[in-house]
Amino acid sequence: MDEKKAATQSIDVEAIQKRLLKTVADIEGKVEGAFNIRRDGGTVERFSTKNIEIRARADGLPGIDVIVAPGTKNESVHIPVILTEAGLNEKVYNDFIIGAGADVTIIAGCAIHNCGCDQSEHDGVHTFNIGKGAKVRYSEKHYGEGEGTGARVLNPTTVVHMEADSFCEMEMTQIEGVSSTIRDTVAHLGPNARLSVIEKLLTHDEQTAVSDIDIHLDGDGASARIISRSVAKDNSKQEFKPVAIGNAACRAHIQCDSIIMDASSVRSIPAIEANHPAAEIVHEAAIGRINSDQLVKLETLGLSEEEAEQVIIGAFLE
Amino acid sequence: MLELKNVSFSAAGAEGNVEILDDISFALPTGKILVITGPNGGGKSTLARLIMGIEAPTAGQIFWNGEDITHLGIPQRAQRGIGYAFQQPAKFKGIKIRRLLELAGGHEMSEMECCAYLSKVGLCAQDYIDRDADASLSGGELKRVEIATLLARKPQLSIYDEPEAGIDLWSFSMLVETFRTLRQDADQSIVIISHQERILQLADDIMVIAGGKITQYAPREQVLPRLKVDEAEDGVCPAPAAWRPVDTALAAK
Repeated sequence: MDEKKAATQSIDVEAIQKRLLKTVADIEGKVEGAFNIRRDGGTVERFSTKNIEIRARADGLPGIDVIVAPGTKNESVHIPVILTEAGLNEKVYNDFIIGAGADVTIIAGCAIHNCGCDQSEHDGVHTFNIGKGAKVRYSEKHYGEGEGTGARVLNPTTVVHMEADSFCEMEMTQIEGVSSTIRDTVAHLGPNARLSVIEKLLTHDEQTAVSDIDIHLDGDGASARIISRSVAKDNSKQEFKPVAIGNAACRAHIQCDSIIMDASSVRSIPAIEANHPAAEIVHEAAIGRINSDQLVKLETLGLSEEEAEQVIIGAFLE
Repeated sequence: MLELKNVSFSAAGAEGNVEILDDISFALPTGKILVITGPNGGGKSTLARLIMGIEAPTAGQIFWNGEDITHLGIPQRAQRGIGYAFQQPAKFKGIKIRRLLELAGGHEMSEMECCAYLSKVGLCAQDYIDRDADASLSGGELKRVEIATLLARKPQLSIYDEPEAGIDLWSFSMLVETFRTLRQDADQSIVIISHQERILQLADDIMVIAGGKITQYAPREQVLPRLKVDEAEDGVCPAPAAWRPVDTALAAK
């Protein structure tokens, strides 16, 4: 049996869980590579490969350690979390040790199906230690649904330590249905490390979202790009506070764009700090309604106003 | 067939209502190219926007293939086969050019199909289909993408508002050839607002609008000689003072 086939396992999950797994981790029955699926407070299935080991934390805290062997190439890890029990609140600690020269894709994501009246909450603390010259692509999607009145709360904390010449691309998306989120991201970049953070958020109804991103560029030649795109609908509230701190000869760019609709509010406060004369850091921020010229153009292509809005919002957040 | 009956349009100005278009009536048979020209501010673009439904007339009626579409919205008119290429194209952050073409055409498109439309406006599909139709494109590139979306839509009535604006000479020549090809399609009518003599030369009929009124509307060969073209300005149509007297022979039809 070849290695690829051996790494493919069938996952038996019920309809809701299947849908949630598809939504947040693009899993449709089978997963290729290493994976750990967490459901309602515990691991339901786990699979390690030759190069990627997933194991319970040694310190007894809830969560896992994901250890990627040095030099691992083109492998992936799926670590989705789903909550289907109303009133479940958990805090989970996942550590990622990425060996030098490895090249991996990590697909995380959390979905909450809350059909009760109690709050369901998942606080995920992800810590990345990215070895010299390693490359990581990280995708994280958050989603909430359910007929219940109970809040769906997701509070992710992401800590990234990047050694020299490493690369990390993080795409973090809040799809919809999350009542409240406080997102906290901190990164420290060594020499010539390159980081790209793309954060995409949609809020609606009475939802609130706060995002703090602190990027510390500590090594010469380090570079970072932070792109935040958001859409606020109904009465929702958003606040963004990305900060780039240049402590060496480095480059960074922060860009925050938001579409504001209905009675929502968006606060965007990008900040830059230079503690080295050769640091080059730029920020820009814009908040505005959907441009009426865009709507009219799409209407001339036969789309209704509502369809045109969906196309514009979907593309903006894609 | 497109038909306008006694269409007027006024808008609020600093000193009360301003009449932009006054009692416009004309008919455009299927398969014809109508080029509308005239001085700036004469009401040409407003007339085009009224036909597409972007603006609503303050008086009069608009008929399309015998149906009164005066009170229909933009999407309804688009679904009935009317299309529009804007003078100032909208920019879309996040929407790829391929997606725009697909939305226009109503189906997913291969690179080859995208290429078929983009090449008609002098753009190479490989270089453009995965780019956002946003401010990263030059004004001329955006304009050509805008025209390509109308070509992809293949409406029964295409309205181009100053397609030459912002386009380099080489691309303009390609565009003229594209219009020449479209002219062969007997089922498609085209309205082009233009000041360019090379586009005027493509017209079956030419309409001159000045001061909110049709001042001339007749077959090309009758109107063109009466337009005092200033050759020294590279074929650009003349200033308002040069427009000749009213010829409403066709307008009254």
